[in-house]
Amino acid sequence: MWQVATVADVRRETATASTIVLEVPDWPGHLAGQHLDVRLTAPDGYRASRSYSIASAWSADTIELTVEKVPDGEVSPYLVDVLKAGDPLEIRGPVGGWFVWKPGQEGPVQLIGGGSGVVPLRSMLQAASGTSTPMRLLYSVRRPESVIYVHDLKELAASDDVDVHLVYTREAPAGEPRVGRIDAELLEQYVYKPTDGATTYVCGPTAFVEAVADLLVAAGHDPARIRTERFG
Amino acid sequence: MNHLDGNAAAGALSELFAVDLTAAIAQCNSCGQTNVFAESHVYVNAPGTVARCSGCDAVLLRVVSTPNDTYLDLRGLTYLRVPST
Ligand SMILES: Cc1cc2nc3c(=O)[nH]c(=O)nc-3n(C[C@H](O)[C@H](O)[C@H](O)COP(=O)(O)OP(=O)(O)OC[C@H]3O[C@@H](n4cnc5c(N)ncnc54)[C@H](O)[C@@H]3O)c2cc1C
Ligand SMILES: [Zn+2]
Repeated sequence: MWQVATVADVRRETATASTIVLEVPDWPGHLAGQHLDVRLTAPDGYRASRSYSIASAWSADTIELTVEKVPDGEVSPYLVDVLKAGDPLEIRGPVGGWFVWKPGQEGPVQLIGGGSGVVPLRSMLQAASGTSTPMRLLYSVRRPESVIYVHDLKELAASDDVDVHLVYTREAPAGEPRVGRIDAELLEQYVYKPTDGATTYVCGPTAFVEAVADLLVAAGHDPARIRTERFG
Repeated sequence: MNHLDGNAAAGALSELFAVDLTAAIAQCNSCGQTNVFAESHVYVNAPGTVARCSGCDAVLLRVVSTPNDTYLDLRGLTYLRVPST
């Protein structure tokens, strides 16, 4: 069922990504990891819809999405560059009941994100903050400027609740010698061991998700404890 | 185009089913594999949405919406097991 939300604010995260704050009348609440469909309608009636993860934990009045602009994309450039506070936005959701973290769920949580794949993981980090669930985040980005939620992540990294580790694939900041994709050795170093009983959430571009999931399974992780979401 | 996964079909299926199907266990009618629906391969650029078996690539489910109707083709599934909540 499509409904009309109102944009309360649009916040720049990076040169190519924005967080959109939405007011949704009678929002039923959501679980961390769920997403929405967004639908745009052109003046001639042509419609395009895309899925966007909810970036925030449920806090009653507003929800947040974070959209990374895909060059030449049909929908994302409009959401990132054109949409502004006060605009209406057609949405459907929340949907998805598999790629979710529920408070009280057993065991530690391993989050692994690539690019905008960090969005639903941020919702999980928010939802778990203040609970006793140990979480680790491994976040793969091209370069330091492409880190989304850089302030949140710095704060989290400084706290005892969450371990945050960034992996740079093209260009690393000064003092970080490693540039390259996630490999078996890096997973061995930064993710929970197969015997730790963690649930692992992997999200990002399809090729990233498949590569990471294959490495995890090859390292002995139980496929039943790995949950994935492919962004395309 | 890259495939997505069952999560990408959640919105379209929410128009038709009262329960979330991404967490349901689906059995492929072609190879017999059972897997959570979220792990199926989903293509959204065809007219409508097509979900394929991650094991044998057979079509599990198709949803096509026209301005007036929605067509749901479930021929590729032996069953869907929906967890009770
Ligand atoms: C469940 C789910 C949740 C998602 N959550 C988010 C989110 O939180 N934030 C977010 O920014 N995106 C998210 N996406 C991706 C989003 O739905 C769109 O695919 C993306 O915004 C591009 O749409 P577009 O219309 O701009 O580009 P399109 O016009 O669809 O595509 C333009 C070109 O870019 C390629 N392309 C499509 N998607 C991507 C992509 N994600 N990365 C790289 N290239 C791509 C296409 O193959 C095509 O060649 C999610 C996808 C799914 C399935
Ligand atoms: Zn099959």
